[in-house]
Amino acid sequence: MKKLMIGNEAIARGAYEAGATVATAYPGTPSTEIVSTFADYEGLYAEWAPNEKVALEVGVGASIGGARTLVAMKHVGVNVAADPLYTFSYTGVNAGLVLVSADDPGMHSSQNEQDNRGYGRFAKMPVIEPADSQEALDFTRLAFDISEEFDTPVMLRVTTRLSHSQTLVETGERVEVGLKDYKKDAPKYVMLPGFARLRHVEVEKRILQLKEYAETTELNRMEWGDKSIGIITSGVSYQYLREVMPEVSVLKLGMVNPLPEKLIRSFAAEVDRLIVLEELEPVIEEQLKAWGLKVEGKELFTLLGEYSPEMIEEVLLGISSRKGSGLDQEIPPRPPLMCPGCPHRGVFHTLKKMKLHVMGDIGCYTLGALSPLDGMDACVCMGASIGMSLGMEKANGEDFARKVVAVIGDSTFVHSGITPLIDVVYNQGTSTVIILDNDTTAMTGHQDHPATGKTIRNLPTRKLDLPALVKAIGIEHVRIVDPLQLDEFRQTLEEELNRREASVIIAKRPCALLVKKAPDKEFYVDPELCKSCKLCIKIGCTGIYWVEENRKAVINPNTCVACGLCPQVCTFEAIKIVEG
Amino acid sequence: MPKQTTNVLIVGVGGQGTLLTSRIIAQVAVQMGYDVKVSEIHGMAQRGGSVVSQVRYGEKVYSPIIKKSDADILLAFEKLEAARWLDYLKPGGKVIINDERVDPLPVMSGKLKYPVDIDKRIANLIPDTTIVDATRMAEECGNSRAANVVLVGMLAAAINIPAEEVENAIREMVPAKALEVNLKAFREGQKYLSATLNRL
Ligand code: SF4
Ligand code: SF4
Repeated sequence: MKKLMIGNEAIARGAYEAGATVATAYPGTPSTEIVSTFADYEGLYAEWAPNEKVALEVGVGASIGGARTLVAMKHVGVNVAADPLYTFSYTGVNAGLVLVSADDPGMHSSQNEQDNRGYGRFAKMPVIEPADSQEALDFTRLAFDISEEFDTPVMLRVTTRLSHSQTLVETGERVEVGLKDYKKDAPKYVMLPGFARLRHVEVEKRILQLKEYAETTELNRMEWGDKSIGIITSGVSYQYLREVMPEVSVLKLGMVNPLPEKLIRSFAAEVDRLIVLEELEPVIEEQLKAWGLKVEGKELFTLLGEYSPEMIEEVLLGISSRKGSGLDQEIPPRPPLMCPGCPHRGVFHTLKKMKLHVMGDIGCYTLGALSPLDGMDACVCMGASIGMSLGMEKANGEDFARKVVAVIGDSTFVHSGITPLIDVVYNQGTSTVIILDNDTTAMTGHQDHPATGKTIRNLPTRKLDLPALVKAIGIEHVRIVDPLQLDEFRQTLEEELNRREASVIIAKRPCALLVKKAPDKEFYVDPELCKSCKLCIKIGCTGIYWVEENRKAVINPNTCVACGLCPQVCTFEAIKIVEG
Repeated sequence: MPKQTTNVLIVGVGGQGTLLTSRIIAQVAVQMGYDVKVSEIHGMAQRGGSVVSQVRYGEKVYSPIIKKSDADILLAFEKLEAARWLDYLKPGGKVIINDERVDPLPVMSGKLKYPVDIDKRIANLIPDTTIVDATRMAEECGNSRAANVVLVGMLAAAINIPAEEVENAIREMVPAKALEVNLKAFREGQKYLSATLNRL
């Protein structure tokens, strides 16, 4: 019987069936489940790498070493891995390597919505795009063959909607391809100028061969119907289109780089009106225009956000959004927020009280930027907080730096916070850096990382010692505090900010969702003592809420995990432990 | 087998267990031989945000997401979320609302008001609305955390899918020690909705 799988599971299955023996990734929504699923297959190697660049480099080594290799990351992760990627395109592979880029149109869980098909064009490598889980499996399998046949890394580009939609999949058997022989071949794999010039010639030849391949591959297919409109599309947009316009003619591209020019021209010649339907950037459209084809694309469809069937219906069929219930004006938004008991809340509460400038980073704690904590001045990409705080100081001087902190999670610090910290020391910055060490990669669903001391398969490994690492970099002042002990935390922070030297505070307490045991006490708000100041409400915990009728705060015993934060915030000692 | 696709929209608050519910319903649809697609939310929204899972099944399903005004049934784990997603319901569709209020942050902090009687107002707009206290029913079955399975029972009765198939799916997906409570919760939910339907 066919099975339901999310796209990410299907990709892992495809790599398994293709005989891959190595898989590596850094977790990132929407890509995380790809390699975590691969790790469920026994006897194969799977790992969480410290970041995407390392993941790809491990992949490059494994490929050159002869193993079919799967590397997965979210779209912005490819930016981190771009350096090895562009040159790996020159060396080519030994055994096949498939790099999955999981893009996030609509930014469900990301800081931008870049379109990574662009990487395929720049790095001159094939980009393959499935439209459901079955294709995710089949295309991944095929991608390994393409990688070996054309001596190139292959990008499998997916989007959140594909990664996290379950559709039916028929699985196949694994082929044991074995290891390819490894032979030293310096002109192919050592990219110094003399060799790289020769490899570039191969890259240009290869892209021409791939163009030929694109003309005939089963990845691209024409579906004839009504020829008054012909639509070229790919990925999940194809499904939306079929949902609302089952009868139009479609050229469905499974290979989006390089494009099959002859096939597209022959399709264009048959239809009265040619349209490209592609989420995000006009990657296909612009190439068609450069060939002189008359085509519509982004003048119809937006550059912004995720597409939907009703959007396509509205644009192409003129069926405008159906009438609303009229309730929507009064529905308060429900933004995501930190869990009750989250250690980060203590940090952001303190930062706000001290009115500091916070250079933030990527993780659950980015939620500290939202009301009511409002605790972040800037957040750009993984690891940026520390470099930004140094930049702030160099622009505004050391006095200003007394009001600036960098805030970065443990997993993010290992990902890309170490080199900027070296910069701080090397260039005599006086930054104060808070590492939020909650012993996990929380946002993406609690993956391990080097500083948790466990592997992807939950097996013990040598634990990265963060304080020792930071000291070795040259930070002399390293403090470890519990962020939910507010007085101590604040005092530590004040001391380190005032010090005209670089320092690191490790705010150490496990993620509230990792704490399995039930709370050992229960809190309540004594209405007699509550003076309606709402200080406790301003920490933004769902364990405590405001009742307007009598203007008092109340603890919700079902959601409060008794972390003890709000009792410390209340200046009237109104939040007390339930006796007995 | 009906040619028409059935569209089930399951909404709630991150952490309420909407994912398990959609997975059970989808599994049953697979066992019944349908083409099935399910769309889920992972990542940031799961931290207490508004979440939605969409299950579509029929002879052939293309889009994994449901169009506005196209859901046959809206199952809301929380009242406000029912209102938020109501525009996705098709005319003549059914609504099941769990009588649970989870205040979003702007309400908890007193900045905005939780709309009064929101469930009753939905019931006024949509004739086929059932409001149920699934948490209390689950408690009576032995564990308040089985509230989502009570709702599965109601959903199964509402869209007419066979109980044995659902029970099989529950057996597959729920850990052994929680199985009995969950099966009981499922049957209670089913009974409750059938009884409501008979009254209509
Ligand atoms: S998952 Fe952990 S780190 Fe993330 S908000 Fe919840 S408690 Fe905080
Ligand atoms: S003690 Fe206060 S801050 Fe901590 S979880 Fe309970 S309500 Fe939230």
